[in-house]
Amino acid sequence: MEPFERYRPIIDDFEAFLAACEQPLGNAVRVNTIKASVERATTALDEDGVAYDQADWNPRVLRLETNSPGSTWTSFHGFTHGQEEVSAVPPIVLDPRPGDRVWDCCAAPGGKATQIAALMDDRGTVVANDSNLGRISALRFNAERLGATSLAVTNDDARNYSLQRFPFDEFDRALVDAPCSCEGTIRKNPDALDNWSPDHINSVAGIQKGILRRALQATREGGTVVYSTCTFAPEENEAVVQHALETEDCRVVDFDLGLEYAPGLTEWDGETFDSSIERAARIYPHHNDTGGFFVAKLEVTA
Amino acid sequence: MSDDPSDEQPDGTEHELEQNVGQRFGRLPETAAERTVEGRVSRAEVLEFFADRFAVPPATFDDYSFWEKGAGKIWLYSGEATSPLEIEAIGMTCLRTRQEHWKPTTDFVQRFGHHASECVIDLDREQARRFAAGEDQALAWDGDWGYLIAAHTVAGEREPLGVGLYVHGELRSMVPKGRQRNL
Repeated sequence: MEPFERYRPIIDDFEAFLAACEQPLGNAVRVNTIKASVERATTALDEDGVAYDQADWNPRVLRLETNSPGSTWTSFHGFTHGQEEVSAVPPIVLDPRPGDRVWDCCAAPGGKATQIAALMDDRGTVVANDSNLGRISALRFNAERLGATSLAVTNDDARNYSLQRFPFDEFDRALVDAPCSCEGTIRKNPDALDNWSPDHINSVAGIQKGILRRALQATREGGTVVYSTCTFAPEENEAVVQHALETEDCRVVDFDLGLEYAPGLTEWDGETFDSSIERAARIYPHHNDTGGFFVAKLEVTA
Repeated sequence: MSDDPSDEQPDGTEHELEQNVGQRFGRLPETAAERTVEGRVSRAEVLEFFADRFAVPPATFDDYSFWEKGAGKIWLYSGEATSPLEIEAIGMTCLRTRQEHWKPTTDFVQRFGHHASECVIDLDREQARRFAAGEDQALAWDGDWGYLIAAHTVAGEREPLGVGLYVHGELRSMVPKGRQRNL
């Protein structure tokens, strides 16, 4: 937890934050509405004798009271997909519509890409890309198990992504759920901080900036780009959004989210950020008893 | 040049068909007459297969396109794409052709099997459990032999589990290893 000390000045009730980080996370699943309604999925869980709590902010997110969420009939049928509660946030903020062309830049293992497809009633085109070939098989497995027919899976570096192979030249929306230092997954991976270093953060921030810029370039004017990470590091969050504001035609916009969160930072470590970045959300583990997350919503302005 | 008479055009002249390139997706021709790739099935034949075998109405797939990648592996996709296309995946695998008995995939049957009304074998919960675990089981069935859709009742409705091969009084689970579960 030592690397977290630097966040003491920016996190309210820092001791509660540290205490929450020590607590393991429960099992959350998302109802895959491509295959079953929330009512049908919950009835199936009732039949199985699996107890659950429905999340207040999203009725499709269930907290299961079982140690083996993969061994339920709902999982076998693809009615539910194991997905951490905060991991269901970015697609909600992206708010895709049926028929949209959406790019999920860093899509493996596919929880969010299939959630995007479900929010679009599996109608439209969801280009699910990942640069890591080893993780593509998990993405494909999940897409098929969940019955997502609108996904096109590609294996490329998002930073210089080409749309040439598609019959369209821009997306309506893009999700940049960027590779990151993963500090916010500490409750799931107790060794998440083992390789923590300022150098690692700086190098991953460079990749994040490149991916976010490409996503903004590949999205049409008036389109939406959501930037998210599962880390607290401002270098990987606000600083990346700040860089996008300085280099691409875009602005940070508001969104509604029924979860408790803190606003984006406007200064960190001597650097100041645009005041609009306050519209971003910092979700801390003690806020809603979840993992940690950062999410910002941008609109392409030209 | 193939000796297969189906390679002949409607006017009776034969023409050179391209070889299937396994590495890329090629969209299925609407009909056999429009075929340009050797051995590739047509959309019409795929719809006819699902209708004949499982009584799935062809209109079920009006908003979907069908593609081949690999030898005989058919994919179903609802998004936009041009053919040919070299990417990792589009939509989902739905059917294995280029073999005597075409075989639907488990994932396809789970997604679209509720449109089927023939060659569906209803299992009780214990039989469904064995099927999901990948086990073969002796069962009575007075319909056609071959690939069937196995289903059970979930939340008051029939829910497809996957594909089974019924032969000699036995239902063999075709659920792939990675999809098998001990429930």
